Formats: sequence, structure tokens, C-alpha cells
Amino acid sequence: MAEENGGKRTGLLDRVREDAEDIKKLVQEKGKEEIEGLKDPEKTQLYRSIFRVKHEDTPRSRSLGVLSNVFLHLHPAKVNRDATRYNFTWGMGGITFYLFIVLTFTGVLLMFYYHPTKVQAFRDILYLENDVPFGKLLRNMHRWAAHLMVIAVWLHMFRVFLTGSYKRPREFNWCVGVLLMVLTLLLSFTGYLLPDDQLGFWAVTVGTNMARATPGLGNEGPFGSLLGMTPYNDVRFALLGGSIVDANALLRAYIWHCIAIPLIASIFMGVHFWRVRKDGGISGPAPVMLESEIKEEKGPRPVIMRPSGMA
Amino acid sequence: MGGDWHQLWEIASAPDNVPIVAMLFLVPFYVWYSFRQARANDDLIEKLEADPAAAKTAHRKTQPYHPKWEREVHTWPYLMRIEFVAAILVTVLLMVWSLTLNAPLEEPSNPNVTMNPAKAPWYFLGLQEMLVYFDPWIAGVVMPTLIIIGLMAIPYIDANPLGNGYYTYRQRRFAIWTFYGGFIGLWVAMISIGTFIRGPGWMWFWPGSTWDAERVEYAVNRNLDTIPGALTGGLFQINGSWIAHLMPVANRAYAPILARIIFGFFPIAIYFLVAAYLVYLVMNSTEFARRIFRRMTLLQIVTTDLLMVLMLALPVKILLRLIFRIKYIWVTPWFSI
Repeated sequence: MAEENGGKRTGLLDRVREDAEDIKKLVQEKGKEEIEGLKDPEKTQLYRSIFRVKHEDTPRSRSLGVLSNVFLHLHPAKVNRDATRYNFTWGMGGITFYLFIVLTFTGVLLMFYYHPTKVQAFRDILYLENDVPFGKLLRNMHRWAAHLMVIAVWLHMFRVFLTGSYKRPREFNWCVGVLLMVLTLLLSFTGYLLPDDQLGFWAVTVGTNMARATPGLGNEGPFGSLLGMTPYNDVRFALLGGSIVDANALLRAYIWHCIAIPLIASIFMGVHFWRVRKDGGISGPAPVMLESEIKEEKGPRPVIMRPSGMA
Repeated sequence: MGGDWHQLWEIASAPDNVPIVAMLFLVPFYVWYSFRQARANDDLIEKLEADPAAAKTAHRKTQPYHPKWEREVHTWPYLMRIEFVAAILVTVLLMVWSLTLNAPLEEPSNPNVTMNPAKAPWYFLGLQEMLVYFDPWIAGVVMPTLIIIGLMAIPYIDANPLGNGYYTYRQRRFAIWTFYGGFIGLWVAMISIGTFIRGPGWMWFWPGSTWDAERVEYAVNRNLDTIPGALTGGLFQINGSWIAHLMPVANRAYAPILARIIFGFFPIAIYFLVAAYLVYLVMNSTEFARRIFRRMTLLQIVTTDLLMVLMLALPVKILLRLIFRIKYIWVTPWFSI
């Protein structure tokens, strides 16, 4: 190729010089263009592959930004103006969910340092508190976030009750919420045993002793002994993996706490959020209804066990 | 003021008790906060109820309103920014809390050294407190189950169509009082008793007294069936002497047990009947209440009444136990209530 360049014979050095000239031009032209392009990152292929919507101050892109994002799409594109007011919702449902995320994050970090065995569990906590960088902060945050989550769940339920938000068509979601509250308490309770200290040990002993008294299923419960229940086969034995709070109980608490209940709770949470949307978004603040406007229902009334509200 | 107030401070400042101390402030705050909005709505409702013409065109909300404002706003940024700010505030709160207060860690677990008092986590202290008043199968199993079932039943038994999605008091008096009674009057109150008042041996220590692990309490707890005998100086003892005559000689030893079973059944049955009727009266106490009551199905009425009667049994038993020192009302060989 070089030989035919203007009919002149050129040496290797000339060829290299020519190519260098080309490369210089290439870098200058393309490079300039691409650096200019960086000033407008939304036009880059990289940006467009991640975000499907242009970041513009238009109603369309604002809506699409929420709708096309997997984390945000549980939200509607638009919400009732008054529903964004703190005084109606108190924000407790969202805070509960955020605390669940905080707890998952700190919990996973804690799991790196923890062995659910009688020999090591307590030592691991001492290690966390004294040697692991920020270990004490990590444990404290997990503990207090758990307490805070219980409070937030209760206040969320309190608010939903006071605004009558469990009424039609949100009955079922209220029930899902009640189960989520129970799961929150169980999550907190199973975590109590894990440090394997006196506090957790006796709290769980007191707690699981009640299971002994389950009617029919506990060895000390009404009709329990009649049904062949002993301390070695009753419901308490199943919870503890033994007749006393010991190594098996620690392992069971750990599995329930770190895997089983979070999984179950996540599924219920998915249903809970989904149903908030499907039942018509958050309940209000709705326009007030007057007593004089109560309609006397014609035909079959909305009975629990009969089909209702289909019309 | 005399007394050991340092003891109260020690309980209130125990790291694991911070949440319930916080609840003592948060619950009244949110009660006030909700009542303020309920009152605003109730005033608006009263005004519209008096003026049907205005009711047709009025903006039926107490939130700030301008006809030119759009009814809906974009989630991004108007809702998302609130969520982000809330997340940041909660994180800051958690950070400060975690930096200033350490999670408790006691001695390594030791089955041979009993903690005194051995307390459940604060959110279960209500259930533990119930153990004083009921046998474990009721306090630890039946009651929690009933609480869960009762809560889940609420949407299906509340036949009042008003107050759906806004704060109100006047339109939902019965529902709101029931929930306040259950949530604040029983649940939060019993947790507070369990936290602040129950000391070593789960004994009752008034705030201001020292938790003395050596204290011995001489409390005579009686069963209801011993009371007729005690009151009449042994004249009307529940000893089954009158049934014994009807029984084969070989079984006469069981007569006192049988007599107690029969005797104990009646107070329970009478309580159920009287309480159920009282609940019925309350559910029909006003014109509006009667109107809602008429809308209810039989299943809704029976369920509501039964759940209310079961819930009221708790304060009744608390009073019987704390004031009259009565342990069991109904004693049988299989269960006691």
C-alpha cells in the first residue's frame, strides 16, 4: 500500500509517520466529538441502556421515569395531591418498609460474623462489639431498627384504622397487614435468642413455655396429655428442636430469623404493596361522606359469605 | 416526694425499654394529631349535613384547596422526595440512637441461673402480664390467636359505610372507642404495667418503690367456688353434698369436683349473657348506631358481639384478680378459667 503512495517509494519510517498523523487526526476529531458528547450524557448508549426514558422536565418523562423503573413502579405515576401530606398517612408504612431494608442490610453484615452454635454465638457478639470495625454500631443499628419497626408497624395499623382505610375494597389488604405485623413480631422475637445471653435465653424460655400449654398440642395444655402429648413430642419440642432451649433452638431461631420469616414476609409485603395499588391506591384523604347519603342497599346485602360488590 | 425514684429512672432508661417509653409519648401525640383532623372533618360534615344545597357543590375536604390546583401531582418528585427525606431522617435517628445507646448484652446464657424478673421483649410484655390473670393456654395461645383473628375480622364486621378514607370521630364512635380500648386501654397499658410495675417475682411494685428481690408477698388467691362458704361461715359450701345423694356410692368422692364444675359454669354463662346484652345495648345506643345495626347480618352481629365479650373478659378478670384476689372462676380437672 505504501509503495503506491504517489508512485514514490517510501521507507518504513515515513509510513509510521503518516499513520501517526492519521491517528492524531482520529483522536482529535473523534475524541473531541465524544468528549463533547459527555456533556450530554443522556444521549450516550451507556445511559440509554440503563435508563429507558429521557430525563426531561415533561409530564411524560416524569411518569415514565416512575413506571419504567422496577423499584419505583409500585408507585402510580401520579398521586392525589392531598395524599402526599404527612398528616394523613404519618408515613409509617413506608418507614416500616425502609426499616425492613435497613434490617436486611445490617443483618446480612452481621451474618458474616456470627455462628449459630452454642460454643461460638456469644463469643461472636463479644468479637463484634470489641474487635470488628464498626461492629458495635452494626449491632446497635440492627437492634434499634428492629424496635423501631415494631413501633412503626403499630402506628401504621393505628392510622389505617383511624382513617377507616380497611373498609371496602381494602378488607383483604388489612388482613395481609395483620399477618405482616405478626411476622414482624416473630422476626424480632427470634432474633432475641441469637446473642445467646441471659436476656434472650430467659425471654425465649418464658415465651416458648407458653407453647407447652397449647390446647391439644402442648403437653400441659387442656386435653394435651389425653392426646398423647409429652415434653418430647409436643409443639414446644417442635419449636425448640428439643425439650430445653439449647443448641437446636439456637439453630432453629437462626434459620427462622435469617431465612424463613424474611422470605415469607417478603412475599406478603409484595402482596400488600400490590394490593394497595389494585385496591385503588391509598385510601385518601377521601371526600367526607354524609350520613344522609348512606344508601339503603337493595337486594342481598354485602354479606361476608356471599358474592358482593360485583356490580 | 418520698420513694425510690431512682428505680423508675433505671427502668425507663434501660436501653431495651426506650421503645415503650417512646410509645408513651408517640401514642398520645398521634391520638391528638388524629383527633385534630377528625374534629375538622366532623365540623365540615356537620355544616354540610345542615345545608344539603351546599353539600352538592362543596369541596369535601379540610386540606388546603384551590379550584385551579390540579387534583393529582406527579409521584416524581412530589411523593418520592418525601420518601427520600423520611428515609434520611430515619437513618439519622437510627445512627444517633445507635451511637449513644448500646444494645444490651447480659452474661452468657445459663439455664441454672434464673433471671429475676425474667421478662419477654417489651412488645410481648402484654401477653406475659396476661399470664397473671389467665392460665398459659388462654394467655399465651387462645388470646393471641383471638387478637389476630379479631383484628382480621374488623373489616368484615364493621358495617358502617362512613369514614372510609378520612379521619372522623362522630361517624365512627363505636369502632374508634373499641380500638382505643383494645390498643391503648389493654395492649399498651398492659405492656406499660409489665415494663414499669412488674418487678422481681413478677410482683406489683408501684412506681417509686424499690425492686426488692427479697420481698415476700403474702397473697391469698381464692377460687370463686370457695367464696360462698367463706361468706356464710361455712353454711353454703360448694362441697357437692346434695349431688352426692344422687350418685352411686363408689363415685361419691367425686361429688365435690362435680359440684365445682357445675357451680363454675354459671358465672361464666351469666357473664356471657349479660356482657353480650350490654354490647347489644351499646350497639343500639344512638339513632345512628341503630341504623348501622339494622344493616348488619346476623353473622356480623354475632361475631362482633362475641369478640367484644371475649375482649371485655380481660379487664373483668384483671379487676377480679387485682381487687378481689380471685384466681379461677371455673375449676375443672381439664382446664380452669
